[in-house]
Amino acid sequence: MKILVPVKRVPDPATTIRVLPDGSGIATDNVKWVINPFDEIAIEEALRIKEKQGAGQVILISIGQQAWQEQLRTGLAMGADRAILVRTETPLDPLAIARVIAKVASDEQPGLVIIGKQAIDDDSNQVGQMIAEFLGWPQATFASKLELAGEKCTVVREADGGLETVAFALPAVITTDLRLNEPRYASLPGIMKARKKPLLDITAESLGVDLAPKLKIRKLTAPAKRQAGRKVASVEELVAVLHTEAKVI
Amino acid sequence: MGDVIVFVEHRGGHFPKTTLIGINAGLELAAKRGGSCSAVVAGEGADTVAAEVAKYGVAKVIVLEEPRLAHYLADAAAQALAVLVKSTGAETVLATATALGKDLMPRLAARLNVPMASEIIAINDDGTFVRPMYAGNVLATVELEGPVRIVTVRGTAFDAAKPAAAVAPIERVAATLDPAGLKMEFVAFNEIKSDRPELTEARIVVSGGRGLKSGENFKSVLEPLVDEMGAAMGASRAAVDAGFVPNDLQVGQTGKVVAPELYVAVGISGAIQHLAGMKDSKTIVAINKDEEAPIFSVADFGLVADLFKAVPEMVEAMKKVKH
Ligand SMILES: Cc1cc2nc3c(=O)[nH]c(=O)nc-3n(C[C@H](O)[C@H](O)[C@H](O)COP(=O)(O)OP(=O)(O)OC[C@H]3O[C@@H](n4cnc5c(N)ncnc54)[C@H](O)[C@@H]3O)c2cc1C
Repeated sequence: MKILVPVKRVPDPATTIRVLPDGSGIATDNVKWVINPFDEIAIEEALRIKEKQGAGQVILISIGQQAWQEQLRTGLAMGADRAILVRTETPLDPLAIARVIAKVASDEQPGLVIIGKQAIDDDSNQVGQMIAEFLGWPQATFASKLELAGEKCTVVREADGGLETVAFALPAVITTDLRLNEPRYASLPGIMKARKKPLLDITAESLGVDLAPKLKIRKLTAPAKRQAGRKVASVEELVAVLHTEAKVI
Repeated sequence: MGDVIVFVEHRGGHFPKTTLIGINAGLELAAKRGGSCSAVVAGEGADTVAAEVAKYGVAKVIVLEEPRLAHYLADAAAQALAVLVKSTGAETVLATATALGKDLMPRLAARLNVPMASEIIAINDDGTFVRPMYAGNVLATVELEGPVRIVTVRGTAFDAAKPAAAVAPIERVAATLDPAGLKMEFVAFNEIKSDRPELTEARIVVSGGRGLKSGENFKSVLEPLVDEMGAAMGASRAAVDAGFVPNDLQVGQTGKVVAPELYVAVGISGAIQHLAGMKDSKTIVAINKDEEAPIFSVADFGLVADLFKAVPEMVEAMKKVKH
């Protein structure tokens, strides 16, 4: 089975994010770029399925610029078989990203698309569900456990107030939550091998889908900073100030 | 023009308080756009929910009738809603950004081929929305271009709707579903039962982190404080990953966002991903043995102490305050 895993390049989660003074974007000097952590979990899950089935192909796809090759190479070093970089110089909105991935999926015919539940930069949590709808496939978002038996897929999802189990036949779209697995690191031989793995470089325009952004970011601002308060010396003092000063207990 | 439809989430006839927050945001948006706000509800128990929601100031409540909507599934719900949106000519479809809202609304957006804004925290007069990005370190003003706009609202950013003078009429609509598009099957819901307040609804939240060291310590050390304070219990990702507490207690960028009157962080370092889920709380207390812990930078009151000593002391001190 082919498994398609979309990968996004994002600032390392430990980065302190600063908005540019003119509100046009964020400062990118000194930013270390990594694979979106949820997409790493997606890659890991795809690799485990392939290893368990003893056959198949894990294909990575990114929609971005030249530099995004770095993250694709990292994913290939983890063990993915090949990668597709869909080039665009202007950032696309989630709807257009989903259209691009759905188009590639309809060409590649994977049994599964596994994708992170959200990207830790824009925090949208939209693309997986949109791909599922564009393809007319079932979806299981926020997956914490995935089981495959032939063509049937059973997924345990992190819902509010508990865990929900859904089932469906493949092909399908799965979005990963934190507890699905712990991603492996790329090994040294993996990194060597990754250099020779195929990385297809195409333009977004060549896919013939609508790319015009309909979600427009007008400006970015920094939120008001919360002021640090004070230290209290004892539990007694803490409870007293909560009672008399903050009046919350 | 400018009409808003609010999707009402419920489980078997009971809806969370966050539903009323979505309704309130819908009412605010409709007022700003010169339209009316309706609520739509489907599934088992929809009638009970409709009768209740009708009291909260909406123009009408639509009950989508169709046996295959009995239990929520994204593909069926998106289909049914898309048909309704087209027939009503609504400008915006809105849901609260719960696990269900996040699951459904992007699928609906794709079905209608229109854009979506996730977890908005403000509605501007010019029709734009404000939403957090980068774990709340950036606020973006966004515009959605399209005949229809889809939004989810962050539960902490709006008040809950209040009962209105008039009760809205309830309209029943037979939903049309294309069976070819129904591919998902509901298997089970494994509910985690708790007598404590809901994390996203509680006035006080007490959260524990890796500093608690074990699930047993959550029980024997933290829970007495949680209960003494009448609080909901939360946790950091590290505590959830270690299996100390269930997944749905995770507070943060990729878990639940809370903004109670009082948030007590115990043995939590204060990583930006955690702060993203609680920094809008009214009063923040941090108990941590490391005085350099970043959590102190957002805490109104910080106590540098060993939690295993401080928390039991606090339980006793709370008893005195109450009596
Ligand atoms: C993609 C991604 C998403 C994430 N999403 C979230 C999220 O939604 N929510 C979240 O919380 N995190 C999230 N994280 C993880 C986050 O970065 C931190 O790793 C996590 O919040 C740390 O949890 P913690 O504070 O409990 O543990 P630690 O950082 O290990 O802190 C433990 C604290 O306990 C204190 N301590 C230890 N023993 C004691 C004692 N006896 N008495 C008093 N204090 C003590 C220590 O001083 C320390 O400050 C995410 C990370 C990534 C990469």
